[in-house]
Formats: sequence, structure tokens, C-alpha cells
Amino acid sequence: MHEFRFDPVSLPESAGALREEVRAFVARQVAEGRFEPRVNSWGSRDPEFSRACGRQGYIGMCWPRQYGGHERSALERYVVIEELLAGGAPVGAHWVADRQSGNQILRHGSERARRLILPRIVAGECYFSIGMSEPDSGSDLAAVRTRATKVEGGWSISGSKVWTSGAHTSHYLIALARTAPLEEDRHAGMTQFIVDMASPGITTRPIYNLYGGHDFNEVIFDDCVVEDDMVLGGVGAGWRMVTGELAFERSGPDRFMSTFQLLLESLRQIGPRPDDHAAAEIGRLIAHLATLRRMSTSIAGQLDRGGNPAVEAALVKDIGTGLEREIPEVFRRLLGVEPSLGDSPAYPENLGMTILRSPSFTIRGGTREILRGMIARGLGLR
Amino acid sequence: MSTLDAIFVETIDRLCEDQAGRELREGAEQGRWPAGLWAAFRDVGLTRCLLPEDEGGAGLDLEAAMRALRRCAMHAVPLPLAESMIASRLLQAAGIDVPDAVLAVGAADTQGQVPRVAWGEQAGFLVVVESGPKGEALALYEGAPRVVSRARNLAGEPRPTLATDAMRCVARQALTDASELLMRYGALARSVQMAGALERALQLSLQYANERVQFGRPIGKFQAVQHLLAQQASHAAAASAACDAALDASAGHPDPFLVAVAKARVSEAAGQGADIAHQVHGAMGFTREHSLHNVTRRLYAWRDEYGNEVWWQRWIGRRVSAQGADALWPMLTAL
Repeated sequence: MHEFRFDPVSLPESAGALREEVRAFVARQVAEGRFEPRVNSWGSRDPEFSRACGRQGYIGMCWPRQYGGHERSALERYVVIEELLAGGAPVGAHWVADRQSGNQILRHGSERARRLILPRIVAGECYFSIGMSEPDSGSDLAAVRTRATKVEGGWSISGSKVWTSGAHTSHYLIALARTAPLEEDRHAGMTQFIVDMASPGITTRPIYNLYGGHDFNEVIFDDCVVEDDMVLGGVGAGWRMVTGELAFERSGPDRFMSTFQLLLESLRQIGPRPDDHAAAEIGRLIAHLATLRRMSTSIAGQLDRGGNPAVEAALVKDIGTGLEREIPEVFRRLLGVEPSLGDSPAYPENLGMTILRSPSFTIRGGTREILRGMIARGLGLR
Repeated sequence: MSTLDAIFVETIDRLCEDQAGRELREGAEQGRWPAGLWAAFRDVGLTRCLLPEDEGGAGLDLEAAMRALRRCAMHAVPLPLAESMIASRLLQAAGIDVPDAVLAVGAADTQGQVPRVAWGEQAGFLVVVESGPKGEALALYEGAPRVVSRARNLAGEPRPTLATDAMRCVARQALTDASELLMRYGALARSVQMAGALERALQLSLQYANERVQFGRPIGKFQAVQHLLAQQASHAAAASAACDAALDASAGHPDPFLVAVAKARVSEAAGQGADIAHQVHGAMGFTREHSLHNVTRRLYAWRDEYGNEVWWQRWIGRRVSAQGADALWPMLTAL
């Protein structure tokens, strides 16, 4: 059996000053009217804010200087992103590029890809989408059918991707495609490609979501050619790379703080003297939040030391997204406010939008059921 | 884990495997004091582990003592080890010498009775938090208490209600925050014990799921059971993390907020983790014969001692609300 490790971690000495700096930056941006703190802020795309983050040095923090990075530790980055999320800042435009795509390019990309792309990500000017899911391949990622065929100087990609968040505004998409026919080993023969969204042969169509928003898309590739040096890692190494980034994707504060702004708003609605029932409900959420933050920072510490705590990350995401979904439910019941859309006071609308966003929390980035399967594998059960 | 921790863990494992069998546990529930086991723990310094070595203790800091206690809970040791630690801490805070004996601890109610004193009849001394018109005080009593009632908790651990009128008061000192300290150390100890019991319950569930064959395969191969066990593992991991947070920050004096978080979080996990363990074990886990009940009944009991999860949730909720929404995040990040 895998022993789950959530070793204690101490934030570096620089963390305190860095935290104050980010807090002041967020407060200034709010005071200047550049954004209003919001729920699910890492799903909110605001290129202007991303460029401001880039100027502050808050993107690509752990990457080498030669690619524009700031060579800070993973724990320093953790402090920055948790402060941005706690402040409800619209970090969505650069989020995926900073959290995982850039890391993949740094670790597995060609020198040209690194030089071309990483400095622009760091500047807050270059955004990424994740091209994994397909119409017949959701949780079962090994079922991807998008094909990449070798052509002179590169690969030609054909097929379609769905639920591709931000594809309509992203500059690049990392596509997982089959480069060899399906064999007995379902995980073999898959490769990741850095696809320039401006290339010919790509059609992006909106898929409107539950609340009528345009976040995700269908992306169709029709003989879209990608150069050889935009292959990530080796040909056939796709599966290993996709699973290798899961700990980065699943353990961060974005997996338990999506509805933190609603928690704060609800505390303001209830006021300084809650009754017994409200106090208990609030206290329960805070106890969960404090514990999750502890577990999540522990994973950041392990990543910092070069570990790959993918199972622990799955565990944090399972509990964390559960908490994100409970927050609107708890306050809906406590406050007896009718959630509302459109022309209504701020709180009912905030609550309403949070409820309508909630179902996605336990689906995106690996469903709860897939996560529990991973945890079970970690326990030695499969 | 430090070397010292590892040595104590090894010692505890050995003592429990050699001496804390089924018969001893059943006997303890019938009121037979496990004197031999207590003596064995005393010999290695675990009954006075927070005291310096020249006072017959093990010289452990609070964190190491709690890790030893966690290990004892994994074995469901039927001894008042937690109570000795809580009592020692209170006596030290009040400046009263800690007797080398079995210690019990409780808070007197308005009638002067001390309700639900863990192992109160077996102890040689009773440490009592008393409140009077001049504030709170800590008193140390010696002798046989008058037994008002002989209740036990769900794990069969003695929790009698006692009166001190037939006892001799050997020391009394004013201690302004005595009842708060009692709740804080009590909650921390029970949280740590529950984290240990949850770990053991998970081990037992995994073992059973891998061994029990139905429909031609171990039940652990069924997705429904796997998901139950994944959730049980999450409860155990969250409980441990909450305790670690409270212990790391303690430096000998546990942070009140982190102890509140730990007791609230772990008490919630305790019931849910125990429920899953039973579901996985089926009828076998519902027997007295299988050892699962040693940890699950303790989980069902300990979650309600020193404030259940709702008590501590309210404690947290009131503080957070009083400070206001804007103070919440700075407070959480300063922990």
C-alpha cells in the first residue's frame, strides 16, 4: 500500500514579504477599478490583468531566467497564486499556461519552443488550452482518436477535441494525439503537440455551458500541420507526460478556493454575531479549508523537492472540490436567499452564479470518480 | 519522524503486542485495572512522558508525546495515558508537582461533582478544574472518590461521575484559564488519538477488502468498495493533516485556533471513517470477535469528548465572524 504523505512544510522566509506585496497589488487593482473580486476567478480571462501579473513577476515564477522566468521556489509561487485566488483576481487567461503548459514545455519541449513561448507566457501575453478530451474520450483518455501522421518536417493532425476551455482566446493548445495505431498497451502510441491556434486547419466552435457562458469549445483539426520541434517530449511519450503533470494540475489552491469569495460575501451577509447554527456551519467550512490548505501546501513542498505526489493530489482535489461545492449549498440554506440571475442585488446573483458553476468543479481536471479510482490504486486495490 | 519518536513507536508496538491482548481489553471493560500493562508503560517512561527524566519522565516535548499517544490509540491501549498527559500539563501550568501515579482529570460542575472522569476510579489522584467567585483554580485530590455513577463511554472506557468530598485536597492553585486549558489539551489529545484510530481502521479495512472473496474475487476489486475505501483514506489523511498542523505550530503550547480546527475536523472524519470501515467489513466487523470494534467504538466515543465537532465548529465560527470577512484570509495564512 502506498503511504499517503502530507509532510509538514515551512514556507520560505521570503514568503511573508512576498505575500504582503501580492496583497497590496491586488488591493491596488481593486481600488483602481480594474476588477471586482469574483468566484471561480481562475476561470475569468482578463488579458490586461494577466499582463499586469506578468509585470509583477507572478507568472513563470519557478522557471529559469534564460526563458524569462524568475527562479523562485514552488512554495513562493504557491504564496502568490493563493493570494491571487483569495483576492478573487481574474487570473484565468494565463492560468493553464503558468500552472502546467509552461512546465511541460520547459521539461519536455525543444529549445526553439522554449525560447519562442516561455518568455511570452511569463509576460502574461501567451495563453494555453488543454486538448485532451474528445467526443468519445473523456475520463478514458487512452481512447483518443485524434491522429497525427508524419509529414515532411512535422506532423499532420486530424480529429476533434471537446470541452476545450479558452480555446477561443488561447494562443496555443497542447493536443494529445495518436501517433501509432491502438495496440494491446492502450497507453502506448500517444504524443503531445504544441499547436499554434493561428495555424491553418483549425476550426473552433463555442459550446455554451450550463449558465449560457462561453468557456469551453469544440476544436476541429483538419490536416493541421505542426513542426517537428513542436512535439513535446518523445513521440509516443504522451501518456507518461499527461499523467506526470497531474500533481501540478490537481493539488493547488485552485482546487478548493473557487468559491472562497462567496464564503467571504456570505460572512458579510451574516455579520459578526451568527446564531449557533450559522456559527457551526461557518466553523465547519473554515476547519475544512484550513486543513486542505495544509495538505495542499504539503504537496507544493513535495513538488519543490522533485517528488510526484499524484495520488495525494487526487485526494486533495477530491476533498477540495467537494468543499467548493458545499459552500454555496451551506449559505443557500442558512440565508434563505433565493438565488437569482441578471438584474438583482449582488449577493443573490453571486450565489446563483456559484450554484450554476458548481457542477463543473467535481468534473474538470479529473472527475471525482476517476480521482477515487486513483486513490484506490494508491491503496493497492487495483 | 525523529529517532526518538521511532524508538517510542517501536516500544509501544512491542508492549502492546506482548501484553495488550483481547483478554486484557475485555477485562478492562469489565473494570479490571490492567496493572501490569500500566507498570510496563511506566517502566519506559510513557506514563510521565512530558516530565523531565530526573522526575521519572521521558522528557518528551508535546509533539513527541502526542505521536506516542497516537501510536497507543492505533493499538487501542486501555490505559489513561492521554489523561496523564492532560493532567500533567494542567498541574505544570498551575505550578503543582506532578505525582508519580495514575492521574485522572475533570472539571467540577456547579454541584461540585466531576462528571465523566476518564478512569476516575482507577486513578490515585484526581486533578479538578474548579470555578468559584474568585475565578478558576486547579485542585489536586488524593484518595478514593465517592462514586456518583459508573458510566462508560461507547468503547467501554470508564467515565464515572465522582465527588471529591471524601478525598484529601493536597494542593490548590489559582489558574485563570484552567477550563480553557483542559478543553484545549483534551481536544488535542483526543484528536491525535482519533487520527491514530482512523489509520488503524483504514489498515483493517484494506486488509479485509483484499482477503474477503465474493462473486469470485476480493471485494476490494469492486469499484463501489474501492470508492468507499478511497473516501476512508481521505478522512484518515485529513485527520492526520489537521493534527499535524496543530502539533507543528505548538512549540509546547498548542495554538487554540489550530486545536479547534483539529478537533472539529477530526471528530467529523472519525464518524465517517468508522462508518465506512463497518460498511466494508460487513457483518464480520459487527462482531465482538473481530478487532475492528476496538478502534471504531473509540472513534464513536472520542469524537464527543472534550467538545464534539459542532461545539468546536461554533467556537471557530463565532471567532471568524466576530473578526469579520476581511480578517479571515490574513488569519488563515498567519497560522
